[in-house]
Amino acid sequence: MAQTSLSHPAAPVSLEAAPALPTKRDALLSLGARCSLPVIVLLAVGFVAPLIAIFAYSFAKPRTFEVFRSFTLVNYAEIFNVNNTVWLSFLWSLGFAFATCALLAVIAYPIAYGLNRVFGKWSSLVSILFVFPLFVSENVRLYGWVLFFIKNGVLDGTLKMLGFEGGPQVLYQPPMILAGMLYVYLPFMLFPMTLGLAMVPRDLIDAARDLGANRWQIWREVELPLAMPGILIGMLLTFVLGIGAVAEAKILGGQSVIVISHDIFIGALTLAVFSRLDLDRLLGRR
Amino acid sequence: MEQEKARTRLFIWLWTAFVVVLLYLPIACGALASLSKGRYFAFPIRAFTSEWWEKTLDSIEIGMIVQTSLLVAALVTVISVVVAFFGALAFARYDWKGRRLFQKIVILPIFFPQPVLGLALLLWFSAVGIQTSWLTAVFAHLVWIVPVVTLVIAIQVYSFDPSLEEAAFDLGATRWQVMREVTLPILWPGIWSGALFAFLLSWGNFPLSLYTAGADSTVPKWLYSKMVAGYTPMVPALGTMSTLGAASALLLGGLVLWLLRRRAAA
Repeated sequence: MAQTSLSHPAAPVSLEAAPALPTKRDALLSLGARCSLPVIVLLAVGFVAPLIAIFAYSFAKPRTFEVFRSFTLVNYAEIFNVNNTVWLSFLWSLGFAFATCALLAVIAYPIAYGLNRVFGKWSSLVSILFVFPLFVSENVRLYGWVLFFIKNGVLDGTLKMLGFEGGPQVLYQPPMILAGMLYVYLPFMLFPMTLGLAMVPRDLIDAARDLGANRWQIWREVELPLAMPGILIGMLLTFVLGIGAVAEAKILGGQSVIVISHDIFIGALTLAVFSRLDLDRLLGRR
Repeated sequence: MEQEKARTRLFIWLWTAFVVVLLYLPIACGALASLSKGRYFAFPIRAFTSEWWEKTLDSIEIGMIVQTSLLVAALVTVISVVVAFFGALAFARYDWKGRRLFQKIVILPIFFPQPVLGLALLLWFSAVGIQTSWLTAVFAHLVWIVPVVTLVIAIQVYSFDPSLEEAAFDLGATRWQVMREVTLPILWPGIWSGALFAFLLSWGNFPLSLYTAGADSTVPKWLYSKMVAGYTPMVPALGTMSTLGAASALLLGGLVLWLLRRRAAA
C-alpha cells in the first residue's frame, strides 16, 4: 500500500539547488554539508558513540562496568541458555508493542481525521490540547493515574460514596501497563497520522465520489493509501517506543545483549521504513 | 447521506472530547491530591488546604532543584536552537549530496526510547571518565531535543521561497546581510516554536535526567525519587506547579508566535 502511495506523482517540491556562490571553502564542503556539521558532530558524540559503548559493554564481565577493560563472551553464551527467561520477556514486550501500536491506530484515526476535516478553526486549539501533555513528565501523569485507581483514590472513593463495593484493584496488572503505554504514546501516533491525512487532496475524494465510489471504497482506495506514509511513521514510532519501554530493565539486569538486539532491531526497522518514505513530501506540504 | 455525515462529525467530536478528558484526568487528580488536607490522599476530599503549596514554595531544597531545572532547560534551548537552525537548513533548504542520508540520521534518535538512550549515555560517560552532573544532563537532552527542534524548524524552512535569498544576493547583499535581513525574519516563527519545544521538552524530561544528571536533581527526577519512597502531598503540589508553569510558558510562547505570524503576514 505504501508503495502505491509513494509512486503517486509527487507535487513538484521547489527545492532547487542553492545558488552556487563561488567561495574558497565551497571546494571543500557544500553549503548544506557545512550547515549539517554541528548536528552531525553532536550525534556522533552523543548518539553513535554511546551505542558503541553499549556494544563494548556486552563484552564486559557480567554485572560490572568494566567497559573496554575486560573481554568475555559470557553474555552472548547466556542468550542461548534454554532456561533464560529473557526470550519470554522479549516476547512480552513485542506483544505489548504490537497491541499499543494497533490500538493507538484505531484510537487516533478519528482524531487525526477530525483535525484535518471536522474541527476547522478549532483544530489548532485541539492540537495544542494534545501536544501539551508531552511537556509534563510522564512520571507525573502516570502518578496521576495511580491516584485515580489506588485504594481510596478518586475512582474507589467515588464508587464507595455512591454505595458500591468500591473500585477494582487494577493497578500493576498487565492491562494497566498497556493502558499506561497507550496514554503516554498517543501523541506519537496522532501527529504523524495527522500529517499523513493532510496529504490527501480533497479534490481526489470528491472525484472518487462523483465517479460513484461509496464511503468504504473512498476510504479503502483513496484516503488510506495516500495517508499511509504518515500512518506508517506513527505506527513505527509507537511500536519502537513501546518495545523500548521494557528494554531498560534488561541492561540493569546485566543483559545488555538484549538491549543491543533491541537497538539493532529498532535501527534496522526505522531505516527500512524511512527508505521507502519521502520526508520532503510529508513535512513540506501543509 | 447528509444525516450520516452529521452523525460521523458528532462521533468524531465526542470521541476527541472523551480522549482529551482522559488525557487531563490524571493531571486533575494530581492537583486534587495537592490541595487535600492530611498526609495521605483519600477521596472524596474532606478538607481543602493550601498548606502543601506553601510548604513547597518555602522549601529551599525545591527552590534549588527548580533553579537547576531552569538552568538546564535554558541552556538546552539556546544551544539546540542554534545547532538545529543550521541543521534545518541542511535538512530542507539546500540540495546537497548527503541530504537524504542526513534526514534519516537526524530522525533516528527520536525513534530511540529515551531510557535506553540515557543508559547508553551513562555508560559512555563512565567509560570516558566524565563525572555526571547537570552539565551532562544538558548534553543528554541535546541529543534527543536537537533532532526534534530540527524537524520543527525544517517545517518552516519548507515553506520558504529560496528565490528571495537569491534576489537579495543579486541586489548585492553579502551573505551575512542576507541571513540577517531575509532568512532569519522569514524563519522566526519556526525558530520560536523550536525554542518553545526545546524549553518545554527539557523542562519535563524525566528518563534522560534520571540517568545522566548524576547527583544533581531536576524537578521530574526529584518527583520520581519521592514517588518511589517518601510520599508527601508536596509531590503532587510540585507536579501541579510544574505543569502550570509549562502551561503558562506555552501560552506566553503561543502569544509571541501569533504576533510573529501576524507581523509576517502583514
